[in-house]
Amino acid sequence: MIGKNSLFGPVDPATDAGYDDPPARKGFFTDTSICIGCKACEVACKEWNEVPDDGFGMLGMSYDNTGSLNADTWRHVAFIEQPKPVGTQDTGMRNPTVDLGMPARGPGEQDVTTGAGEKPDFRWLMSSDVCKHCTHAACLDVCPTGSLFRTEFGTVVVQPDICNGCGYCVPACPYGVIDRRKGEDGTKNVGIAQKCTLCYDRLSDDQRPACAQACPTESIQYGDVDELRERASRRVEQLHEAGIMDARLYGNDPEDGVGGAGAFFLLLDEPEVYGLPPDPVVTTRDLPHMFNRASAAAASLLVGAAVSFLGRRG
Amino acid sequence: MVPPAEFTSYYGRPVVKASPWEADIPAYLFSGGLAAGSSLIAAGADLTGRPGLRRAGRLTALGALGFSMVALVHDLGRPARFLNMLRTVKLTSPMSVGTWLLSLYAPFAGTAAMAEMVDMLPGSRLPTPLRLLAATGRPAGLVAGLTAPPVAAYTAVLLSDTATPSWHEAYRELPFVFVGSAAAAAGGMAMLTSPLGEAGPARRMALGGAVAELVMEHRMEQSMGITAEPLHEGRAGRLMKAAKVLTAAGAAGTLLAGRSRAVAVVSGAALLAGSACTRFGVFEAGQASARDPKYTVVPQRERLQRGEPVRYEG
Repeated sequence: MIGKNSLFGPVDPATDAGYDDPPARKGFFTDTSICIGCKACEVACKEWNEVPDDGFGMLGMSYDNTGSLNADTWRHVAFIEQPKPVGTQDTGMRNPTVDLGMPARGPGEQDVTTGAGEKPDFRWLMSSDVCKHCTHAACLDVCPTGSLFRTEFGTVVVQPDICNGCGYCVPACPYGVIDRRKGEDGTKNVGIAQKCTLCYDRLSDDQRPACAQACPTESIQYGDVDELRERASRRVEQLHEAGIMDARLYGNDPEDGVGGAGAFFLLLDEPEVYGLPPDPVVTTRDLPHMFNRASAAAASLLVGAAVSFLGRRG
Repeated sequence: MVPPAEFTSYYGRPVVKASPWEADIPAYLFSGGLAAGSSLIAAGADLTGRPGLRRAGRLTALGALGFSMVALVHDLGRPARFLNMLRTVKLTSPMSVGTWLLSLYAPFAGTAAMAEMVDMLPGSRLPTPLRLLAATGRPAGLVAGLTAPPVAAYTAVLLSDTATPSWHEAYRELPFVFVGSAAAAAGGMAMLTSPLGEAGPARRMALGGAVAELVMEHRMEQSMGITAEPLHEGRAGRLMKAAKVLTAAGAAGTLLAGRSRAVAVVSGAALLAGSACTRFGVFEAGQASARDPKYTVVPQRERLQRGEPVRYEG
């Protein structure tokens, strides 16, 4: 059960957590290259999990008025507008070769046959962020009550009847996902840690998570993590062949700082553009060394105190 | 002059989350250290025939422990569930380890203090139960002294075992800063509350703790890279500066505090205030480092650019 890679490195999380013969590990592959920013995922998640609202402000972050993942947002769609060209992927649509006398786009005449004109470089990145369900989940590692646990599907879930809201998981997460719910007394699960459950209640009934079910473009793909990783590699190759060299996978590598994420992504730019850490590491990797240093410090306090009492009276 | 780091973020929003903790936690860091140091002083005083110093140490430990417990329970999102901390012993969670360290230390420190209070009762022939309690004073006090150093040191691991940049990167030296701070605070408190003729060891422990704290704090900042910045800016910067001034002044005062009650009181108070400022300063610096995406993104992006991402090495 406890093995060499229990704190860091490639491992199957459910087996490492002690399950005998668990089902295949389940997760998400979120292909942001086909996200249309509809936010159906945010809505479906909130409806299924009875997540309270977290404000109706206008944040001035393109179409993102949600802000970030937190206790009251378990799927968060990010929007980034960039003065970069759209990739050269051929959509299969051609401009008409006959001038129909229709109004032309932009200032001045345009050559209709080639579509050339004064169009500025622009692309709009849209991505649905979610809890990564890390192989080495810092939130789970630091939870003192055992509320956060590893399910048989390899996902990480909070048990809301056990969590006492100590808040330690909040600063532990390298992606800034989990948070402690604030609100009036009587709000569901107020005062305790809340995050995406990968719809554990739906998985147990062989249903897909709500966000994957709702996504109209299948940007959010749910399935066995191994199979999703293969599918993602093929998709990245396909995008590279089409000339979109920015496409890259994020969180798919079992040798990365969190042992690979159960929910990983295809991004079209650097992770920090989307608010993701470029090279996240589970804090637990350094824990053995931390305890060594603390033990040395404790010993030095004991010795120092003893030395203070040596010698003459006074 | 190092040029300002350039980095991208998602609309300047944080990547990781700052802990939801408020003043309760840095206050506990201070009072926990004070309790632990005081128990050490009391144990040493008991073994070297210094009853006044012993009394001061034991009663301070009880008071500081009581305050610590109140602060920790108050900090929870669901305080009524505080006993859930005892559901499990989890070595990957410094908070779980700390809960059990406190649970081990506190009964002995409490018993020693109660035995001390029995000793303070007037009358020569006390009822047997009370005399039995008084007899447990020495053994309980010694066990408290032995279990106190881990209580003083583990809180550094508690802060460092997170993704909060200024806490995590400090992990090598922070335990020494905290035990030094605990020794300085406890020595300072003993200087305030015990007879001059018996307070020699307290003065020596205060001086040693203060010097250790100042030296290790300096080394800590050298090893933290860009994450040392929040220790010098804003509220955290002011607190750390005050901590250094107060601790240094208090330490200097210990050299004269054997001769003058007034100097002992002022220098003891300065050491206590300096220790509190250190705890609040480190806490605030961590919070600030989590809120600014710079401290998460820049170190990670830099190591990617150097070709040194954190990866499993087999």
